[in-house]
Amino acid sequence: MRRETVQGWLLILPALLLLVAFTHWPAATTLLDSFYATPKGSRPPRFVGLENYLDLLDDPVFWIALRNNAIYALWTIPASVILALVMALAVNTAIPGRALARMAYFTPTMLPMIAVANIWLFFFTPDYGLFDHVIGVFGGGRHNWLGDRDTALPAMIVVAVWKEAGFFMIFYLAALQAMPPDLKECAALEGSSRWNFFRRVTLPLLMPTTLFVLVNAVINAFRLVDHVVVMTHGGPDNATNLLLYYIYQAGFRFWDTALAATLTVVLLFLLGMLAWFQFGVLGKRVHYR
Amino acid sequence: MELSHAIGLVQSYGTGRRTYRVTMMEPLPAGVPGGAAVRLHGVSRHWGSVAALDGVSLEVKAGTFCVLLGPSGCGKTTCLRIVAGLEQASGGVIEIGGRDVTALPPAARGVAMVFQSYALFPHLNVAENIVFGLKARSVPKADRARRLDRAVEILGIGHLLARRPGQLSGGQQQRVALGRAIVAEAPVCLMDEPLSNLDAQLRADMRREILALQRRLGITMLYVTHDQTEAMGMADQVVLLRDGHIEQDAPPAEVYAAPATTFAASFIGTPPMNLLKLSESGVIDGSVGPVLGPARAGLVAGIRPEALRLAATGIAARVTHGEYLGADTVVACTVADGQTLLARLPGRVGLADNAAVKFEFDRADLHLFDAGTGRRVSTV
Repeated sequence: MRRETVQGWLLILPALLLLVAFTHWPAATTLLDSFYATPKGSRPPRFVGLENYLDLLDDPVFWIALRNNAIYALWTIPASVILALVMALAVNTAIPGRALARMAYFTPTMLPMIAVANIWLFFFTPDYGLFDHVIGVFGGGRHNWLGDRDTALPAMIVVAVWKEAGFFMIFYLAALQAMPPDLKECAALEGSSRWNFFRRVTLPLLMPTTLFVLVNAVINAFRLVDHVVVMTHGGPDNATNLLLYYIYQAGFRFWDTALAATLTVVLLFLLGMLAWFQFGVLGKRVHYR
Repeated sequence: MELSHAIGLVQSYGTGRRTYRVTMMEPLPAGVPGGAAVRLHGVSRHWGSVAALDGVSLEVKAGTFCVLLGPSGCGKTTCLRIVAGLEQASGGVIEIGGRDVTALPPAARGVAMVFQSYALFPHLNVAENIVFGLKARSVPKADRARRLDRAVEILGIGHLLARRPGQLSGGQQQRVALGRAIVAEAPVCLMDEPLSNLDAQLRADMRREILALQRRLGITMLYVTHDQTEAMGMADQVVLLRDGHIEQDAPPAEVYAAPATTFAASFIGTPPMNLLKLSESGVIDGSVGPVLGPARAGLVAGIRPEALRLAATGIAARVTHGEYLGADTVVACTVADGQTLLARLPGRVGLADNAAVKFEFDRADLHLFDAGTGRRVSTV
């Protein structure tokens, strides 16, 4: 072997070791595990082919979690991205207290999700929580936000949007500040209204950022379940059970490794398809400078 | 003024508006507006205690080419941006075509602008870039197409229409920016150092083209540059700015022939005018002659390097360095008390370093300035 080849391998060895040990190897064994039944006691795992996947189709909780996750994604992704853009536009203008506003918007991102969840747990508390307090002022009654099947998932969505929007705002703000100011001045001279400039120039020029933010938002829609763990444990009656939380339950609560492995493969497949769609379809329509 | 350009015949029509036509081009289509006069009355711009512009008053006649010239930080770009409405004046009045536009937004002032960076929209192709403003102003599609065709024909960029700015060279981007200004059909066009991003050869070409374009369209041009060559070659009127005020406002030939201040004298010309401190007896400080000015304290004599010629008598100097430039040679010398004197002599002049020489000049080429104020002093 040539000297450079050896050197090259040595150089990537540390990163390769970590990736293989904690990413590639677990991913491969998970895929294998999904074709085996869960080992019980002294009985070793048995190869069952696609049986785990067929079982999954008959699992009502899987379908509830999938449906919940779809609703969760369909609300959190657009809501957090649009809110992020609006906040970035707001703090990109010359308003008094701009630095303070930027910091305030970014604070949720810096807080650990466990802490955030505990704060929101208080907000949602019936009777003396923040929301019931405010509603009480206007004559509304008590409401068990997290205990009601109809409001529990929306409550989770609100927390996730609150947590994520500030993070995405930073990317939009950076992109807005990288835009040359003379484009705006030129448009002003040409008689373009602010809305026309936003729609025809700002938005298209932000597309690379939007794509990046969307990819992150999609991943987070399936990944961000810490607040479910703290606030609802997937309840009431699986109303807030999301795919990743279900994987956690199956793997570490019920010790059903076969189900957990199968769910993981399904989740990875879903994310892979979404990423392919975003880069393959949306990516072609993005103008990179 | 017209003669100094000698590139076309002069016509006048309409209500006192003048238009210049470049003979080698097609005549101006009917219905295209000519220029509008631009007037500034005591315009100031302050940032805190710093004055970027301090009571600037000037008048640019309709259909003429005015160059705002000066070193960086002199306020020329601020002045242009105030005319455009991109910046608000702290005081003073701006008039365009006899209308007070001081409080109007940029779009309502009837000006087009070419930015130093060209400010092309990177995600739009050339055609979309050019008609962006027309679309924004809801100009009918047929009219848009007609104006685009005309601009494209004038600039010869028909083959570039489908390209994006990123796929264009600097010169091509410059043309697209010009195209955007042409289709606006505004009576006043503002340009902020439009040639500074081009290489020397292209700059010379574009200089001629921009001037021809201004003549053909008959628009009023306000053109900012720090390059005196551009000012001398293009302007009907040069406004020389320094530290936020006007040093001199005159046709280029006059700025060259009779600089109003030592600053104007040292800014125009390559190399700039020699400025020599005189003693009370009117000779160059520390020398015995010849007498250059009246016997009066605090005078500075100015002689252009190209006005000097080698002679048997005259200003005694010692050669420090000769620079042969092809058509002529710039000889750097020191005179009596160590002041530098540059002479631009035609052809190749072989002078050894340290050689003692004498320079003669015509009395008409001598300028006198007050050393304290820097202002020109009448020689009489």
